[in-house]
Amino acid sequence: MTALVEIRDFRLSFDTFDGTAQVLDGINLTLNAGDTLGIVGETGCGKSVLARSLLALNPSPPARIVSGEIRFRGDDILRLPERGMRKLRGRAISMVFQDPASYLNPLLSVGTQMEDAIRGQDAAAGARARPRHAARALAAVLLAAVGLPEPARLLDSHPHQLSGGMRQRVLIAMALAGEPALLVADEPTTALDVTVQAQVLALIARLVADRGLALMLISHDLGVVAASCARVAVMYAGTVVEEAPTTELLARPLHPYARGLIAAVPDLDRPDHRPQGIPGSIPGLIAPPTGCRFHPRCPAATHRCRTEKPLPRALLPGRAVACHHAVP
Amino acid sequence: MSAAAEETVAAPPRRRLRLALWLLTRSFSSMLGLFLVTGIVVLALIGPWIVPYPDDVAGGVNLANKLQPPSRAHWFGTDEVGNDILTRVIVGARVSLLVGIGITFAAAAIGVPLGILAGLAGGRLREAIMRFTDLFLSVPGLVLAIALVAALGPGIGNAMVALILVWWPGYVRLAESKALSIREEPFIEAARVAGASRARILRRHVLPNSISPLIVKMSMDIGQAILAVASLGFIGLGAKPPTPEWGAMISIARGYLPEWWWYAMAPGVFIYLAVLGFNLLGDGLRDILDPRSNRG
Amino acid sequence: MIGYVLRRIGLAGLMLFGLVCLTFVIANVAPSDPAALAAGPDAGRSQIERVRRDYGLDRPLPEQFLRYLSDLARGDFGRSITTGRSVGTDLSRYFPATLELVILAMLLGVLFGVPLGVLSALRKDGPADQVTRIFAVSGIALPPFWFGLLLQLAFATWLGLLPTSGRISVFTEPPPAITGLLLVDSLLRGNWALFHEALSHIILPAIVLSLPCMASILRVNRSEMVEALRTDYVTAARAHGVTPWRIVMVHALKNAMLPTLAIIGLRWGWMMSSTVLVETVFDWPGIGLYAVSSAIAGDFKPVMGVTLIVGLNFMVANLIVDLLYGVLDPRLRRA
Repeated sequence: MTALVEIRDFRLSFDTFDGTAQVLDGINLTLNAGDTLGIVGETGCGKSVLARSLLALNPSPPARIVSGEIRFRGDDILRLPERGMRKLRGRAISMVFQDPASYLNPLLSVGTQMEDAIRGQDAAAGARARPRHAARALAAVLLAAVGLPEPARLLDSHPHQLSGGMRQRVLIAMALAGEPALLVADEPTTALDVTVQAQVLALIARLVADRGLALMLISHDLGVVAASCARVAVMYAGTVVEEAPTTELLARPLHPYARGLIAAVPDLDRPDHRPQGIPGSIPGLIAPPTGCRFHPRCPAATHRCRTEKPLPRALLPGRAVACHHAVP
Repeated sequence: MSAAAEETVAAPPRRRLRLALWLLTRSFSSMLGLFLVTGIVVLALIGPWIVPYPDDVAGGVNLANKLQPPSRAHWFGTDEVGNDILTRVIVGARVSLLVGIGITFAAAAIGVPLGILAGLAGGRLREAIMRFTDLFLSVPGLVLAIALVAALGPGIGNAMVALILVWWPGYVRLAESKALSIREEPFIEAARVAGASRARILRRHVLPNSISPLIVKMSMDIGQAILAVASLGFIGLGAKPPTPEWGAMISIARGYLPEWWWYAMAPGVFIYLAVLGFNLLGDGLRDILDPRSNRG
Repeated sequence: MIGYVLRRIGLAGLMLFGLVCLTFVIANVAPSDPAALAAGPDAGRSQIERVRRDYGLDRPLPEQFLRYLSDLARGDFGRSITTGRSVGTDLSRYFPATLELVILAMLLGVLFGVPLGVLSALRKDGPADQVTRIFAVSGIALPPFWFGLLLQLAFATWLGLLPTSGRISVFTEPPPAITGLLLVDSLLRGNWALFHEALSHIILPAIVLSLPCMASILRVNRSEMVEALRTDYVTAARAHGVTPWRIVMVHALKNAMLPTLAIIGLRWGWMMSSTVLVETVFDWPGIGLYAVSSAIAGDFKPVMGVTLIVGLNFMVANLIVDLLYGVLDPRLRRA
């Protein structure tokens, strides 16, 4: 069986005035239909760029694909022309974004934005765009499906009239319009109030389960990922350092960075237990550290770590770690 | 310009300068602007020493030689009293540049302090200054200038005064908005909490942050002021012959159209190139120094 | 929304009062003696003194100001020395010609400026963008009076395609006015010959007048489009499969049009004032030419009248723009 998404040795860089930043440095990930994969890492580790690569949304320039492939149902989508990519957007792969306030057009009504998405997807598929009232009817159904009351009235309102949680639900409804196989959620709860965060996460989890969607959830928050994803990939400075089932990673992280990340999470049950930060800061990507990109901050770094880039090793079934010194 | 230009705002000074120069040299239109401005400035500086007919500068009369078509001796022809048009146009660069720079600097000298005062003081003083400024902005510039010249009487000096009176409010607006926005920046609050005096905040934060948009505006305005003076000269309210002012030259040349059409060509081309130069330069500088502002 | 409208109108009214004050100050601060001006260049001392008394110029300034206000309120702008008519009559006679010119020039400016701005933004930093940029800056840098002369030379004198100047041929009897705008009137009467004649006269001055306007609309629209195309909501629209055409022409352009609209409002006023140049070149019988000929003759009242009319136009244009903002931007509607 072909995987839904297969990312192989994907490298992407940003051309800037100061030089070329190697933003993604050899990413390998696989996602099967119905899988839920979380991607965690600090700000700037490249997780959002990776997410946007799935829909070819990184502006180019500065973004430039260096090598590798991203296969969706077996077809390499990195080499797809814009026209071909448009067939996938919304219909095969959908995306939910971080800040719902800035990802909705302030001047257009919710209805117009949803109709445009639905009819645009029709057009991209080569079909005649359905009439506006039919698109509107579908939009109302979708809004109801994400738990928004009074869809008909909502369609006539503008984004500034909605709360943050409602806006995010609207964006999720929009993402479902084309019945995609994969939902990419880029920090979907970061900009929301804590109480709303839980609701939105629960909604995403329900939709994923009900519709058999695959989910790629990007977050800097391990807690968010742990609540919604069966597997986790930990990213550091443009590389995946560890990939494992969520419960196993939380119980026994193998990569030193993953260990640090987990130690940095405050534990509400043990208020006396002070969270530990990771010393140092994320490296610049224009001249990244040689060898293992984590070595300047790693307590266990050796000469080999400084010179030789560690490749992911399958230390345990279903677990891969990119560290010279990790032991099962 | 994209992300690279926006970085200049936050980047350290040395790198910022290097980046600015790189962006400037990369843009064809900015380089063209720089070239034209340099050309006009050089002409204005050394004009009287390189003109082919120095006697024609003050407006000698040589009727035997009048209204000659362009030739090897007179590249742009001669005017109605036989003066070499090339000579007069070159000397005109000095007049136009001086007037343009004079108007712009005088307007900035009035407007910037008022604007900073309004922005930093706030309250009633700010209201008073800004409403007074709005008053001058309520009539489009050229008509207001004509009304002022009509009141003061025609002539290049009065035209300058009128244009300064028309131009200063723009600088109040600019300086006020900069001072106001900077007042609300977190780092100013921090500086104030840290006990920095008002004068120090002004010197260390407000002025450096206003300087980029100011340079851009002044570059554009020198061009526009040159154009405005030429316009007043053309309708007969600015410089009077024999002052070698481009607009006044075209005004006379108009009477010799269409037979002696070349008379009007050189002064017009020079106005166009001078204004184009300052505008392109300002436009290029804005892309680099002040990328988020609007152009209009 | 109603509060917003009322506030804007109130503000405009205040500005109008300020403008009236400004004209009064200009008229009285001037070193020239208004009585001497009004009496004409050949007047003797006693005549000037009589004029001074007749016009109330010997009264204290506050009293003169009140009188100026009440005159204006009655639509009395004073009398023109050069035409011998009341300035109000002259203005109502010349204004339609200027209005027609400005409307056509504005249409040209918007019709070309907006699409070129969009195109330029889509081809950002490409060769087409560089060419458009130089064209746009040229539009602002070209002296309108000189450019007008060039067009006259090319299209009227050398090619003989269009008339040099005026609103219609001197041999044509102008029809009784309906709106005062010749193009509209001739269409309303179904007079195609007159329409053609009026169009051939207006086209050159309209082009000259519209060029700076077109240029600045182009520049603002371009930079706003560049910004809009970079926004998160455009990224989201792409991700959701909205067609590129809809994204550019609706999602991005609607946002870019707000600042463009502000420039259109400003340019309306600036165009009114540029008519002093364009109308001089093309002998266009509008308020610009009226202001220039009066200013040269030292005839002060018409100049003030034109200043007030242009200022009023500017204010109304900005008021309309403000109200349109309210219509276009749902965030303002609530406020």
